[in-house]
Amino acid sequence: MTWRPRLAEGTAPVLVVLLLLLVGLAIVGPAYDEPSGYLALLKRAAPLVVLAIGQYFVIVSGGFDLSVGALVTAGVVIAARLINGSESATVWVILLVLGFGVLVGLVNGLVTTKLLVPSFIVTLGMLLVLDGAIFLWTGGAPRGALSAGFRMFGRGAVDVPVLGKVPWSVLILLAVLAAAVLFMRGGTGRALVAAGDNEAAVRLSGGRVDRLRLLAFVLSGLLAAIAAILLGGFASVSAQVGDGLEFRAITAVVLGGVLLGGGRGSVVAAAAGALSLEALFTLLNLLGVSGALESAVQGVIIIAAVAYASLGSGVRLRLWPKQRNPVRPAQPESS
Amino acid sequence: MTRKWAIVVVAGALALAGCSSDLPDDKAAPSGGSASSSGGSPSSDASKSKFFDQAEYDRQLAFRNATPEGPDGKPWEQMLQPEMVDTAKFAKPGGNYTLCFSNASVDNPWRQVGYKTMQQEVKLHPEITKFTVLDAEAKDDKQISDIQSLSGQNCSAIIISPNTTATLTPAVEQACKTGVPVIVFDRGVNTDCQATFIHPIGGFAFGADGAEFLKEKVKPGGKVLALRILPGVDVLEQRWAAANEIFAGSGLKVVGVEFTDGDAAKTKGIVTDYIQREGQIDGVWMDAGATAVAAVEAFQDAGVDVPAIVGEDQQDFLRLWADEGLTAVAPTYPTYQWRTPIIAALKVLKGEQVPKEWVLPQPRITGDKVKEYVKQDMPPLHYAMCGCEDMPGYPGPWK
Repeated sequence: MTWRPRLAEGTAPVLVVLLLLLVGLAIVGPAYDEPSGYLALLKRAAPLVVLAIGQYFVIVSGGFDLSVGALVTAGVVIAARLINGSESATVWVILLVLGFGVLVGLVNGLVTTKLLVPSFIVTLGMLLVLDGAIFLWTGGAPRGALSAGFRMFGRGAVDVPVLGKVPWSVLILLAVLAAAVLFMRGGTGRALVAAGDNEAAVRLSGGRVDRLRLLAFVLSGLLAAIAAILLGGFASVSAQVGDGLEFRAITAVVLGGVLLGGGRGSVVAAAAGALSLEALFTLLNLLGVSGALESAVQGVIIIAAVAYASLGSGVRLRLWPKQRNPVRPAQPESS
Repeated sequence: MTRKWAIVVVAGALALAGCSSDLPDDKAAPSGGSASSSGGSPSSDASKSKFFDQAEYDRQLAFRNATPEGPDGKPWEQMLQPEMVDTAKFAKPGGNYTLCFSNASVDNPWRQVGYKTMQQEVKLHPEITKFTVLDAEAKDDKQISDIQSLSGQNCSAIIISPNTTATLTPAVEQACKTGVPVIVFDRGVNTDCQATFIHPIGGFAFGADGAEFLKEKVKPGGKVLALRILPGVDVLEQRWAAANEIFAGSGLKVVGVEFTDGDAAKTKGIVTDYIQREGQIDGVWMDAGATAVAAVEAFQDAGVDVPAIVGEDQQDFLRLWADEGLTAVAPTYPTYQWRTPIIAALKVLKGEQVPKEWVLPQPRITGDKVKEYVKQDMPPLHYAMCGCEDMPGYPGPWK
């Protein structure tokens, strides 16, 4: 055993959490005795994982993208209206949805980097603009229908040797994840993290911070469009399909140990965070806990994960002082 | 040392609070939470919903079997057990009417189909020269100011579809004080100053239609999953209260009561979870059919037979039902009720009698009739019970 997986800092905890949740699922749910149960879980988690990967690019470079939920809704509603049940329109509408995602990301990125508006505000504004525009266009009731070809990516499965039927969405997810990992290991990916960590240093060493940030937003938009295609395929047209997804994606990224404000965290951990979140909700449901608790759980996770990250090693030292730091001088007890 | 213990205690308390999902049952009641259903916990023999009203329940169930008065084949002009009242004081012969309409919102397909139907109804009557509409965008405060603004315009009659009951009551009363006839439809208000209040039979009958169907089609002891949109909305609470009442004495096992937010993806996820958790689901009850197709797809994608299911009269569900030969029923909250306020307003302005409470028939679509309601060329979210097929211009505006 000479090869060891190279895990970035902060990846291990979320993988442990994920493993515990999967074991929990195996104990509680009879459907998780065999691979098909986990494939179904992956299939359902795929859109969120894809969104979380996109959100990771933006967060790690020091921004936020709050517009992805509205972008997903827009993608699904636009696709349904344009396809309107006709199979022949599928291909160009898919390309158009992807293009729309890139365009929205481009606008987010340009306004953030050129007009120097904080990304939180830009993307919040984009969320409202998209929401309003979609409402105006549809009047609240989406029209049209998706074709079977479009829905195949979110709903269908393909025969793979050994594994049997594997959902398309799982294959797409794996492809996106592999591409993201390769990208983050390359020079541009490393520069992206560095830009989130210390913008001035990157700039002084010749990095083009604006271009990196713009790229992050474009990738986030593109991945949101892919998530829209998966979600639309999974559950068909709905004007609520993207509601709250931006916060879910941010929760997932934070759960993956990625530092809000940028500069630290791995894309694998962000993806694992998204999968953990979906597994957690599935587990809670199997245990009979009300679905209404989902948002509360999300809130607790965000606060706890950020608190853990910002206190960092301090908390760990205080909780386990002896093991970690045997020579640490005694602290006066305050209580 | 003490600090360490404090952490343990706090952590323990948090964990406990997180585990006990049933806590908010009674405390949530004043803020409109649901009293009977606490998330996923089985509640077939749960206590009655606080929205359950035995007298109203009996009244609505009796309406279902009553013979409506009015022209055959035009249910929007029919009325159930009407108590006619005189409207001579509002009479304003001569035509040239300005009708004003304060709409709660047009933010869902049901209201869209209804509103389009109403607009076409207005076109049928040349004596209406102006039709002024203000959309409250589902905001109480906007609707209150909308109604005030309409009171100041030269309306011959004011039609109101209230956004919520209690908050809009004073606004409706103010509108009545202007002396113009006020017509309320869909949701009601707590006053009787309006010339007439138009509505289909109601939520109890809707919920009962679906629950009775499952009681008939699902074998005793069968597992039923109840899917609701959200708690606290009286129309929807009534539907569930009636279903809960019927399930309680049915021998069916309600394995879950879940809120879907009307979201197809969430619905599909919930149903998939329940298929895994229970192994088999024998019936699905829904308080509104918008996500029925997603529920059916969850069974199809899991590779199991689709059980008896309660939907609604939207085209996507009706098509799926007819194509797949589902065991299903579609209670309806008919969109043709949007025609009636216009008809009623003209009756009042001509001094004709109208019922104080105009109760419209509320049909349900059953398996033997479903093919009649499937309209292949209509959009998937179109409501079949619009009563609009014979209107001039159909189907253009509804597409």
